[in-house]
Amino acid sequence: MIESFLTYEFLQNAALAGIMIGFVSPLLGVFIVVRRLSLIADALSHITLTGIAASLLVEKKVDAIQEWNPVYMGMAFSVIGAVLIEKLRKVYKHYEELAIPIILSGGIGVGVILISLAEGFNTDLFSYLFGSVTAVSRTNMFTVLVITIAVIIVVTLFYKELFVLSFDEDHASISGVNGKLVHFIFIVLVALVIASAMQIVGILLVSALMTLPVAAALRLSKSFKQTIGLSIFFGEVSVITGLVTSYYLSVPPGGTIVVTAIMILTLAIIYKKVSSQLSLKGETV
Amino acid sequence: MNAKTILEMSDVSFKYDKETVVQNVSLSIKEGEFLGLVGPNGSGKSTLIKLMLGLLKPTAGKISLFDQPIRSFKQWEDIGFVSQKANSFNSGFPATVLEVVKMGRVSKTGMFRFFTRRDKEQSIEALKTVEMEDYLHHNIGELSGGQQQRVFIARALVSEPKFLILDEPTVGVDARHVADFYDLLEKLNKEKGITLLMVSHDIGTITEHASHVVCMNKTIHFHGHSEEYKAFSDDDLNRLYGHAVQQLTHNHHNGEAGEL
Repeated sequence: MIESFLTYEFLQNAALAGIMIGFVSPLLGVFIVVRRLSLIADALSHITLTGIAASLLVEKKVDAIQEWNPVYMGMAFSVIGAVLIEKLRKVYKHYEELAIPIILSGGIGVGVILISLAEGFNTDLFSYLFGSVTAVSRTNMFTVLVITIAVIIVVTLFYKELFVLSFDEDHASISGVNGKLVHFIFIVLVALVIASAMQIVGILLVSALMTLPVAAALRLSKSFKQTIGLSIFFGEVSVITGLVTSYYLSVPPGGTIVVTAIMILTLAIIYKKVSSQLSLKGETV
Repeated sequence: MNAKTILEMSDVSFKYDKETVVQNVSLSIKEGEFLGLVGPNGSGKSTLIKLMLGLLKPTAGKISLFDQPIRSFKQWEDIGFVSQKANSFNSGFPATVLEVVKMGRVSKTGMFRFFTRRDKEQSIEALKTVEMEDYLHHNIGELSGGQQQRVFIARALVSEPKFLILDEPTVGVDARHVADFYDLLEKLNKEKGITLLMVSHDIGTITEHASHVVCMNKTIHFHGHSEEYKAFSDDDLNRLYGHAVQQLTHNHHNGEAGEL
């Protein structure tokens, strides 16, 4: 493994991109989960697929364009999807969650048409759906690096605003926080991270990396900072374990990463249950 | 005595879709007052609070805080708000008491600035005021309703506000803590000189403690000293409210019986 890691550039790209994604996905995921927006990640990943399909179609049909990077088009669609969700949430004030199935099914619907026009599935598309250790080019790895740095800067700068907004929107407003602006910046970052993470875990499983580590951390933490720390730790363990097993078993990393994350979640739930029962017993004794 | 005006509302109305919830309300609150805002369910009390906090925009009329129109008002650190506990937060939220109280410093800290040690010290200080300093690192969801409410008061106090607004803060707080709660409010009002506005169901108790009372049902039916209000007989109240009195006196008696 170490030897092939040093020999093959694609493995280095996948490992580095994986480590970055394992950090930023759960970081944003904490805010997504506590704001009860978990499904937004799913909607945005599906519309990313539309972008990828559009890009593959253009590449195939327009001779002038040979080497288009589908990831960029995926990102663009994901950001547009994020903006559309916000607009739709305003249209359906009393049914805000309706925005999610509209964008999700719309994304898949248009995607499937574009895929057929591009004459069906190919191996490329399969790796976009379930992730791949070979799909990350050096350019894409650097794109992930830029996005990772942007996410870390924004979350650090707006940490207290994001926290107040997540806890209590009214209080945020009375604190003079420009909730609309902060939320907009946040949702654009989410869209970009989803399009980045999609290369490793695949479109269908990208939301898992944003929610499962957080779900496990929520069982174990008392404070918000601890939740963030544990979520990132669980995210990294899932990505690294998932990538290594994926390499040895020759299965898409999306599968192995998600299965690892689910195992961590199960252990967290069991640990919490056992420890709270033990402390109950301790109290009665 | 020429006290500063903290809040001024003139001819304020608000409609949800087509239904008028607040109608032609004019109200002025002076520095140092402890104002009790009472009225039956659905009388627009909470809407009025949201209007004065800028969370809703009035369909007509003008609102100013500290002599500035609310739209251009920026000194939010001068205002503290404690909402009804039940609908104000997700009780599974992973935050400690200290993290929650520190949130109250956001308005004072401002954008692109980080919390410092002083913010932490002030937060602990505010928790001492509400006697919750032993719970710093407890998860907010693990506390009882009364304890949570104290933490939220600390959050409102930590920015050192001049005007504290409380929307039915004693709902869900058990009766034996309600008296302590009023003691705390009186301390804040008398010792720290904080102007208070408190929405309450419990007309009996609030008129005991507040300096002024406002009764509203869409529009204001009474605004004056609480002594004056207490002197009213049921007949006077009947005249005052017209047909709304049924509900109001009903609440009144419930309140007396310890509705909280």
